[in-house]
Amino acid sequence: MHELMLAGSEKKKLLLGNEAIVRGALEGGVRFVAAYPGTPSSEIIDRFFQLAPEAGVYVEYSVNEKVSMETACAAALSGVRSLCAMKHVGLNVAADAFMTLAYVGVKAGMVIVVADDPFLHSSQNEQDNRFYAKMAGVPMLEPATPEEAKSMTIEALALSEKYQMPCMLRTTTRVNHCRGPVTFGDLSLPLGGHMGDEKAGARPPHPTSPVEGEEPVLTALPTDKGQGGFQTLGAFDKDPFNLVVIPMVGRKLRLALLEKVSRLQAEAEQSPLNFTVGKGKWGIVTSGVSYLYARDAVRELGLEGQIKVLKLGFSHPYPKAVIREFLSGLTRVLVVEELEPFIEEAVRLVAQESGLRVLIAGKGDELIPRAFELDAAKVKRAMSSFFGIAYDPPELFSIPQLPQRPPNLCPGCPHRATYYSVRKIFGDDAVYPSDIGCYTLGILPPLRMADFLICMGSSVSTSGGFSKVLDRPVVGFIGDSTFFHSGMTGLVNAVSHDHRFLLVVLDNGTTAMTGHQPHPGVELTPRGKVPPKVSLESVIRGCGVKRIATVNPLQVKKTQEVLQELRDQMTGPGVSVLIAKSPCPLFENRMLGKKQKVVFEIDASCDSCGKCVEELGCPAFVLEKPEVGQSGIRINAALCSGCSVCAQMCKSVKPKRLAESKGGSQ
Amino acid sequence: MMTMEEQEVKAVRIFFTGVGGQGTLLATRMVGEAALEEGLPVSMSEIHGMAQRGGVVESSAVIGDAFSPTIADGEADILMAFEPLEALRALPKCHAGSLIVSSIVPVVPFTVAVGQSTYPELTLLHDSIKERVADLIWLDAVELARNAGSERASNTVLVGVLAGTGRLPISKQSWEAALKKTLPARLLKINGQAFEAGYVFGSEGR
Repeated sequence: MHELMLAGSEKKKLLLGNEAIVRGALEGGVRFVAAYPGTPSSEIIDRFFQLAPEAGVYVEYSVNEKVSMETACAAALSGVRSLCAMKHVGLNVAADAFMTLAYVGVKAGMVIVVADDPFLHSSQNEQDNRFYAKMAGVPMLEPATPEEAKSMTIEALALSEKYQMPCMLRTTTRVNHCRGPVTFGDLSLPLGGHMGDEKAGARPPHPTSPVEGEEPVLTALPTDKGQGGFQTLGAFDKDPFNLVVIPMVGRKLRLALLEKVSRLQAEAEQSPLNFTVGKGKWGIVTSGVSYLYARDAVRELGLEGQIKVLKLGFSHPYPKAVIREFLSGLTRVLVVEELEPFIEEAVRLVAQESGLRVLIAGKGDELIPRAFELDAAKVKRAMSSFFGIAYDPPELFSIPQLPQRPPNLCPGCPHRATYYSVRKIFGDDAVYPSDIGCYTLGILPPLRMADFLICMGSSVSTSGGFSKVLDRPVVGFIGDSTFFHSGMTGLVNAVSHDHRFLLVVLDNGTTAMTGHQPHPGVELTPRGKVPPKVSLESVIRGCGVKRIATVNPLQVKKTQEVLQELRDQMTGPGVSVLIAKSPCPLFENRMLGKKQKVVFEIDASCDSCGKCVEELGCPAFVLEKPEVGQSGIRINAALCSGCSVCAQMCKSVKPKRLAESKGGSQ
Repeated sequence: MMTMEEQEVKAVRIFFTGVGGQGTLLATRMVGEAALEEGLPVSMSEIHGMAQRGGVVESSAVIGDAFSPTIADGEADILMAFEPLEALRALPKCHAGSLIVSSIVPVVPFTVAVGQSTYPELTLLHDSIKERVADLIWLDAVELARNAGSERASNTVLVGVLAGTGRLPISKQSWEAALKKTLPARLLKINGQAFEAGYVFGSEGR
């Protein structure tokens, strides 16, 4: 049995925040999950994928976030509780669906998990997605710990069902990837059912209309099984004048949305998720993980008894009366939050509306920084400055400049071979727009194969734009999963407008960067190789591309010949595509348990020209002080994956059969 | 067993650093599970994503009365370093009273391998750390792990050392339960021996 499917018990288990969200969704009767992976949210869909069969939950890796939200909302509209999860920038992709889904709403609970990434641990920006909740008018909950992540997921479902609109669960990396004790409640649902298992003609769910002041409590949706079972088979009532947003419908729904927002505001005033701890004449208002930093700071500065803390767990719509009451009688209030002054503006607005004379601060010099993450020390410093209290920070040790250890493309990664060959044929002059995935690591020297990147799919469209205004060759790079995510539309656009560039699709058969999730073009499965549901090459041909070739980039000479042909053909307008197809070695080893039979080594004929190191940048290569009669370049056998690319560029690299195979699953 | 409500435990903040593939996250979980087993408040923080691509992997475990799962600069009471260069890189996390447990076996960074920079001498790393903090345990965890049956159990050796120092209010039984919880049965024997070797080293062998 999957760890997250264990029966309810008082004994706490250590879970990642993301796992706690999964558990909360299971306790809350979620039966439909769709997501595109993205750090720091990926473990949510991964865990669901693992437990789907035993939990009777429909789980799909959707091609992108917009598709996941649309798919999941159809389920929720049909009375099946649903969840979709995405990283913060994923909501940009899904925003079109999100903004109007807020109007149309759902019937069964739908929770949208949005994982922000302050400090850009693994993202291209650190946008504050709380503004999306405000812009759309949907309720938003912000957990601080894994335990809260679990309970707020259930609460989000309840709110969603009561107000018949999706609810946002907004996390940050430090919540998603925090591991802490979580209580397991009852799953209280019949297990083992699958979508469509239940008899057709199940009674449609009929959520009662929300009553003002009534606590949102999740109850089982009716099914023909009765006995408190959760709905896995939906039902759809035609209702086009509430569900099809032509302008006259949209106008009506817009007014209904505003009315919901004001009722949600009243709900937030009553919510136990907004609470105050401590007492004193000073105050802190905070939410999410910042609450934890603030609590530590209050304790460590010895200010218990002087400062009270308001934690907003239900932060949109924000509870005006709760904030007003909190501010009353306080002289100074510091708002402690990461990224933008979202709560700060709310607090200032309440103070202004209520005519309260209280000094409010948040973002600013010597106070709470707007960029990157907070920690307890930063909050202590800000409190010391704002409240005028002594704080003696620990003296920090300085360290000398140390060798950097940046992440790198793995030994044997086919992307390295592709980059090597493309540079050989297209040179330094070509412009190389890149995209999002492992292959973005090609930015680093010595490869230096990334010149422009803003978002998923931008390689294709920006290649087209560059090609129209530059008199230089343009070669774009995109991974297979990213191509399905958001490269296809750009490709159709480029073909139809005669853009002139080469698009290289780095097809490693998986979504490698986020942990090897499948996508529509995947061939490698736990059962071995299978024909993919969607052929990458057919899609590219279907987009109108005439010049298309497929190579195995680990065959260096052949790849460079094909690249040269493509380059020669690029004298006129039009898009060419090269599919560089070779599986991710990490994934292949894991899936097929493939054993490595050979490593490469450098023999005595090496003249130490250093080209292998300078041009390939393979982590298996080591430069050493040369001993007499020996080359100073060595291949670390423990790291060499046996891809043979270096042996194809230099005759001094020779294969060596391994007596004992290495690799494979462990 | 005491419960969280019954006791006041001063927070101990443990920062872990290593290189992708060294098992730092698993070691962090072992410490967390042992604390939970002991009935202590605990929370941990991890950063995912770059582990398999040769980058630095950092995580933290905070045991006792504290709210934050992360550790600010200058606030780590214990630093668990799985690689000596990373021990020095993480030194700003520590304070003068910190304990540092570090493996002395280098994992050469790519930038050094290709001649862009030079790996510092081990003695320099040792001395730079030793003179700044109260306590340094500097050991060849890989050798201890090899003797226990597998070099891959070096992470468990280091956890054993931490347990052996007695710095954490966690019983031997709780540590053993944590190993059972975090490791597959087939790896328990070797890791149990690795833990024991580290435990002995941490308690007396230095």
